[in-house]
Amino acid sequence: MTLHMTKTQKLLRIMGNNMVPILFLVICAFGIPLSGYSANFLASEIVIRISRNSFLIVSLLIPILAGMGLNFGMTLGAMAGQIGLILISDWGIVGIPGIILAMIISTPISVLLGWWCGKILNMARGREMVTSYIIGFFMNGIYQLVVLYGMGAVIPVRSNALLLPRGYGIRNTVNLIGIRRALDDLLLIRLFGIPIPLATLLVITVLCLFILWFKKTKLGQDMRAVGQDMEVARAAGIKVEHTRIISIVISTVFAGYGMILYLQNIGTLNTYNSHMQIGMFSVAALLVGGASVSKANIRNVFLGVILFHLMFIISPMAGKNLIGQAQLGEYFRVFVSYGVITISLVLYEVRKKRDQHYVGLQLAADQEALQ
Amino acid sequence: MTVVWADKSHNQVLKDIKEMHENEVPLLEMKHISKDFFGNKVLTDINFSLNKGEILGLVGENGAGKSTLMKILFGMDEIHQTGGYGGDIIINGEKVQFSSPIDALAKGIGMVHQEFSLLPDFTATENILLNREPLKYTVFSELFGERLNILDREKMDQIAERAIGRLKVPLDKDMMVSQMPVGHKQFTEIARELSKEATDVVEGIKLLVLDEPTAVLSEQEADSLLKAMRLLSESGISIIFISHRLQEIIDVCNTIMVMRDGQIIKTVPSQGVVIADIARWMVGRDVGSSKREARGFDYENTPVLLSLQNLWVDMPGEVVRDVSLDVHKGEILGIGGMAGQGKLGIPNGAMGLFPAGGKVIFEGKEIALNNPRHFLDAGMAFVSEDRRGVGLLLDESLEWNISFTAMQIQEKYLKRYLGGLLKWRDQAAIEEETESYVKQLEIRCTSTKQKAKELSGGNQQKVCLAKAFAVGPKLLFVSEPTRGIDIGAKSLVLKALRKYNEENGTTIVMISSELEELRAICDRVAIISDGKVFGILPATTDSAEFGLLMIGQKSQVLEGGSV
Ligand SMILES: Nc1ncnc2c1ncn2[C@@H]1O[C@H](COP(=O)(O)OP(=O)(O)OP(=O)(O)O)[C@@H](O)[C@H]1O
Ligand SMILES: [Mg+2]
Repeated sequence: MTLHMTKTQKLLRIMGNNMVPILFLVICAFGIPLSGYSANFLASEIVIRISRNSFLIVSLLIPILAGMGLNFGMTLGAMAGQIGLILISDWGIVGIPGIILAMIISTPISVLLGWWCGKILNMARGREMVTSYIIGFFMNGIYQLVVLYGMGAVIPVRSNALLLPRGYGIRNTVNLIGIRRALDDLLLIRLFGIPIPLATLLVITVLCLFILWFKKTKLGQDMRAVGQDMEVARAAGIKVEHTRIISIVISTVFAGYGMILYLQNIGTLNTYNSHMQIGMFSVAALLVGGASVSKANIRNVFLGVILFHLMFIISPMAGKNLIGQAQLGEYFRVFVSYGVITISLVLYEVRKKRDQHYVGLQLAADQEALQ
Repeated sequence: MTVVWADKSHNQVLKDIKEMHENEVPLLEMKHISKDFFGNKVLTDINFSLNKGEILGLVGENGAGKSTLMKILFGMDEIHQTGGYGGDIIINGEKVQFSSPIDALAKGIGMVHQEFSLLPDFTATENILLNREPLKYTVFSELFGERLNILDREKMDQIAERAIGRLKVPLDKDMMVSQMPVGHKQFTEIARELSKEATDVVEGIKLLVLDEPTAVLSEQEADSLLKAMRLLSESGISIIFISHRLQEIIDVCNTIMVMRDGQIIKTVPSQGVVIADIARWMVGRDVGSSKREARGFDYENTPVLLSLQNLWVDMPGEVVRDVSLDVHKGEILGIGGMAGQGKLGIPNGAMGLFPAGGKVIFEGKEIALNNPRHFLDAGMAFVSEDRRGVGLLLDESLEWNISFTAMQIQEKYLKRYLGGLLKWRDQAAIEEETESYVKQLEIRCTSTKQKAKELSGGNQQKVCLAKAFAVGPKLLFVSEPTRGIDIGAKSLVLKALRKYNEENGTTIVMISSELEELRAICDRVAIISDGKVFGILPATTDSAEFGLLMIGQKSQVLEGGSV
């Protein structure tokens, strides 16, 4: 019954399934020589990006497991993380304790926001992605209200370095000097001249192990069940709504921690912007790694980080060398992110259709073979 | 034997059965059960008891109240939401009141519903143990609760194996449900009930309710299910078995309980009972087997209406490989064959519900495949064997269900005003036509305004047929039209098809696993084997010839035989 594919057919099929990663590989393959960067430079940049971004991207995995698609609502967690960072900066707590405290502060906020977001997504079944995207926008409004008007007025923030001259509201950029690279530099080693932040990578490894372990738990199994068919899961006595909410809560909390790790590496906080873009970049990176709306794993995360960011590293130089303009890179960044998300979503549908078509071809081939 | 039982009064029989198990407390007693749906009485004073290890066959016409009775026993929400029930349920001498199926499960009652409740991307094992997985302790559970323990895969496998072992069927515990043929899905469901062993919170399975489990099974699969049921009963599990295939009931049950109009008409031991007896009790009159009225069909002089050429269809479990077939205008063509050989794939593929290829030529024009709309627009219609999936708008009224498609596709039942600018629904016409179908097919309903979901399974099936009739297609595919229809109404449905064919000149292609019903109304019958047409014979051919074709042998005389 199996259709014997030729080697080229097989290759084409594999390529078709991994269209987005391959596209990026090709772009990078052309871009690297054009940019003129050395291998060492690229390697060290990639290590930075991995340690900076992968925690955030891993936070997207669990809602996918529960069938809720890409959680654009991870911005909620990012906001919670930023609030934690603003507060510890004000209190002047630095270094690792600062980071840990920021995480502790962000946790209840993330849980609350995640819970609320999960509740709303339960009402918008089947349209989770769009809804979570909009919730992100809505929450941004409230975040701005709190940070721009609440902090310094209602919520005690005293540091002049943080507050706007008018006495309340947080400045556009906050210097996170106290915790800057605190975790990265904790255990920094050099391999072939490439700096490697072992401590951060260790934290990321632990998180990945957690995800792998989580899939084996009862809760993980329940999420898989809910992701396939809510009604069947419900009939079996699984608390569907609750399970879905938990998946969003976990995702939001991780996104909060991820944001803190991200910002300790960057060292400055764009109070009103950082969180907005992070959701989109994380989703795009995951998709570049070959994930889809319904399937994603840790391999997708790392492949995604590497390819997606490699492209951003090389595109300004490549752009400059090619047409003499470096801004091209920045323009590319946003354009490509949205593009990738769009293409991936479309491809997901196309692939579903094509898989059906493929079985058909197999039958047709059977027919011919018999005649 | 039959005569003796039939002569005794109903109460006498009950007493006899009681005496047989005198010193045992029956496992289940239902006493004075009654149920009405907002004034519509569907069950009155039902009394019966069931002993340990007994298999009780529950039979009755469509809408007699079998499923409702079982839903009451199982504590289903549908019953609570419609005002509860009257009477008592007594298990092991103890009165119970289930507020949900979970309570019933805890008391050792399992029910396999007609619709599957399985997860496609889980293996048989994972489905069997869904939400009842044995767990291994982890420290995190102390902090975050039970659900952070990890699954004990080894134990899961053991339990699943044991449950499948009790069924003695070749079910692969590691196979993904989406890859399974339909029979294996049914087995997975049953294995799930069987795997419910006693724990400190829950009692082990003691009573299994099977509501028409064999309707979707092939004959061999049904046979192994019946065998499994006997094994279970020997091991002390009681079973209530609902089926419209009366021979199965006679073969496997210890006791047969016949319901009519919400009452128990008869409870008899199954020894010596024959189908005709049961049918008579069910319907209240003698049921003649539908007579075959052969008619001469002039194939020479009627044009071909539909021509299938090298059709292939990828329908899981019913793959069509290479079917070429001509359907003449005005005939009734039967398509038969064993389950899984591909007969069901033909209409499903032609309509475009599953990926398909090859050519479908209707009235000389090629119809694009994989697009149901083209199929419908060309003037064809399809009554699916899958009542649930493609069938009805369950929350809508009967008349809406019957008229909707016709209105959509043909703008039937629309009154036009202002030169067609304003279209108005012609309510009177809709009601009138619905009424006539309700009468013709004896659809049991309170009114044509009743919601489809409130009809019994068999009556929903009839509505599907009426819906297709209302569209008035040039060619009608009907798939398993009598599946789930009671023995009395079967000939009614078949007659309605024949009548419709004769009065409207509609060409009909009827797919069925019951050879006799194909022979009853068709002009010729094609037998499908391994996804190909194995032979086409006039319906008047001896059934033995068909039997040979079905098992894949051509008799010498009919080699290559076609009409
Ligand atoms: N939810 C409901 N609301 C109103 N009436 C209902 C509802 N469910 C069932 N009924 C009615 O109760 C009667 C008995 O239906 P039931 O489903 O028990 O029949 P059945 O014996 O299982 O028939 P079948 O063999 O066709 O499955 C039918 O007349 C049906 O219309
Ligand atoms: Mg029923």
